[in-house]
Amino acid sequence: MLDKSPQALTAAVAADAVRSGRSAERGVVYVYEAPVRLWHWINAAAILVLGLTGYFIGSGIPTMPGETSDDFLFGHIRFAHFFAGYVLTLGFLFRIYWAFMGNPHAKQIFYVPLWRKRYWREVWHEIRWYAFVAAEPKKYVAHNPLAQLAMFFMFTLAIAFMIVTGFALYAQGTGNDSWQYMLFGWVFSIWPNSQDLHTWHHLGLWMIVTFALIHIYTAVREDIVSRQSIVSSIISGEREFRD
Amino acid sequence: MGGAAETFYGVIRRQGITRRSFHKFCSLTATSLGLGPLAARQIANALETKPRVPVIWMHGLECTCCSESFIRSAHPLVKDVVLSMISLDYDALIMAAAGHQAEAILEETRAKYKGEYVLAVEGNPPLNEGGMFCIDGGKPFVEKLRAMAEDSMAIIAWGTCASWGCVQAAKPNPTGATPIDKVITNKPIIKVPGCPPIAEVMTALVTFITTFGKLPELDRQGRPKMFYSQRIHDKCYRRPHFDAGQFVEVWDDESARKGYCLYKMGCKGPTTYNACSAVRWNGGVSFPIQSGHGCFGCSEDGFWDKGSFYDRLTTIKQFGIEANADQIGMAAAGAVGLAVAAHAAVTAVKRLTLNRAE
Ligand code: HEM
Ligand code: HEM
Repeated sequence: MLDKSPQALTAAVAADAVRSGRSAERGVVYVYEAPVRLWHWINAAAILVLGLTGYFIGSGIPTMPGETSDDFLFGHIRFAHFFAGYVLTLGFLFRIYWAFMGNPHAKQIFYVPLWRKRYWREVWHEIRWYAFVAAEPKKYVAHNPLAQLAMFFMFTLAIAFMIVTGFALYAQGTGNDSWQYMLFGWVFSIWPNSQDLHTWHHLGLWMIVTFALIHIYTAVREDIVSRQSIVSSIISGEREFRD
Repeated sequence: MGGAAETFYGVIRRQGITRRSFHKFCSLTATSLGLGPLAARQIANALETKPRVPVIWMHGLECTCCSESFIRSAHPLVKDVVLSMISLDYDALIMAAAGHQAEAILEETRAKYKGEYVLAVEGNPPLNEGGMFCIDGGKPFVEKLRAMAEDSMAIIAWGTCASWGCVQAAKPNPTGATPIDKVITNKPIIKVPGCPPIAEVMTALVTFITTFGKLPELDRQGRPKMFYSQRIHDKCYRRPHFDAGQFVEVWDDESARKGYCLYKMGCKGPTTYNACSAVRWNGGVSFPIQSGHGCFGCSEDGFWDKGSFYDRLTTIKQFGIEANADQIGMAAAGAVGLAVAAHAAVTAVKRLTLNRAE
């Protein structure tokens, strides 16, 4: 776990500046390495495609006029969904790999230190900050504790769930002898009637939409309010502390 | 009935069927099971040499639609199955014997063909109140089931009742109706779900077991792979309309008349494993989707409890009102969206007042 006291932060800024030859006065730390940033935007794009096509798969599209043999629209929508599903999955696997290979911040979205008293105190402070009770937010090099909580439960777990249920649904099309079924067929032991699986996968869509709403809002808001760079951090990788 | 030791071939020759017809039948059966050309000879050989398999057919809580379906089988004809291929030693519904005479057959079969007979169960046992909701021959059905299962070779669970529970096990299931595999755990069980199962699927399964003397390969849910490894959707003749995006929007609209896909009308073909779209019903005449109505998933687990038959997704009742995944999701996302907007507004106001104060 990273030490997040103000002294440690100053130390982090200084150490980072030494490593990259930057002036420590600007108060900049390199947080999100290039692979993480690249992954972030590919991931976001894949989820945009998955969400849209998934919604269309779930509710159907307005009936296409004309000859049946001329149209393959629903097929293309489903193909786009599966393609983006593969992109998302490969990206997620890469991100797990990078949790081990990257800097310490790269591990943050994969665990929550629920057992640490201090962590809960910090979460409480963040809640007070977002509830307009605390006057100043604490500064964090990577995600703040509340963000970490949301990232883990609403993103990491939710995406893992979508990948597992998604590939199980995919196995319905590829059949009992496919590798998708070998790997994910166990899902049908939990939900013997695949109708339930569709329903859960569908609910997952709304979980991710809710996460994206909160995520984008807080990212933009903190960027403006909290005196530290946020949105530009996931583009340049650097966290700047502005006072 | 009796005479289980006789071979199938012996029986049909006695009935005046020629050897030529016999071989025709074998080839047809091999084809309908999707087996290769050599299989016809194997089938013939088996039917000529193997003693017929004794079958005990029992009825628990059920509506007899499985039997009704079974007796309408066209390929093979049910009369061939019942009178020649197997030795149906006991079936309360269609046997001549009754009362003590009938019950005696059960004991006799148990003793004489220990570990060799197939127990076919239509319906399921209710377990509440010691099983008294289904009394058969003066005893709770569940006791009869346990006793006969004990010495059987394998059990066929006919229909959705025996496989999953079906309507009598639908919530709140007052009688405690329980599928066979939850009651008998030490025997191979073949689930043949459907309400009812397709006649040809039933007879073909029996043919397979008698011919090869072994059980067919089963999938994860215990269903024979040869009939239940694909969904209605996978073989549906309306599938091209699905891929093109041509859907029926309301009953009896232009699309319905054109025979477009019933996905939006809640057809459960995409989540239902059965052979309807391949084998069809009544000797291949039709199946629900062909008659213009969506599949409602009668061969799937708990199909009575998953909400409307006209909704592809499961109705979610945990919120007090009945809702679907989209309604709940949009409500949640909408609430969060409003909260975000309100939060943004408060943030803006605070910043403005702070700036003014400075
Ligand atoms: C953020 C991730 C994802 C979202 C938001 C999402 C969303 C959806 C939605 C809303 C549906 C419609 C469900 C229904 O009503 O039946 C769906 C279907 C499906 N999804 Fe996903 N999905 C995601 C990831 C994946 C992944 C990783 C795969 C794996 C390749 C996948 C494969 C499928 C399949 C096979 C279907 C069923 C298509 C059909 O029934 O024709 N999904 N998805
Ligand atoms: C316009 C769209 C988006 C913007 C502006 C944005 C912005 C950001 C920012 C600023 C961060 C860094 C947060 C921090 O510094 O604490 C971040 C991280 C992250 N974002 Fe986004 N994001 C967007 C879309 C998405 C979407 C659609 C998803 C997935 C549903 C997503 C998932 C994540 C995840 C998982 C991280 C953590 C990265 C890590 O620590 O490895 N983002 N995003």
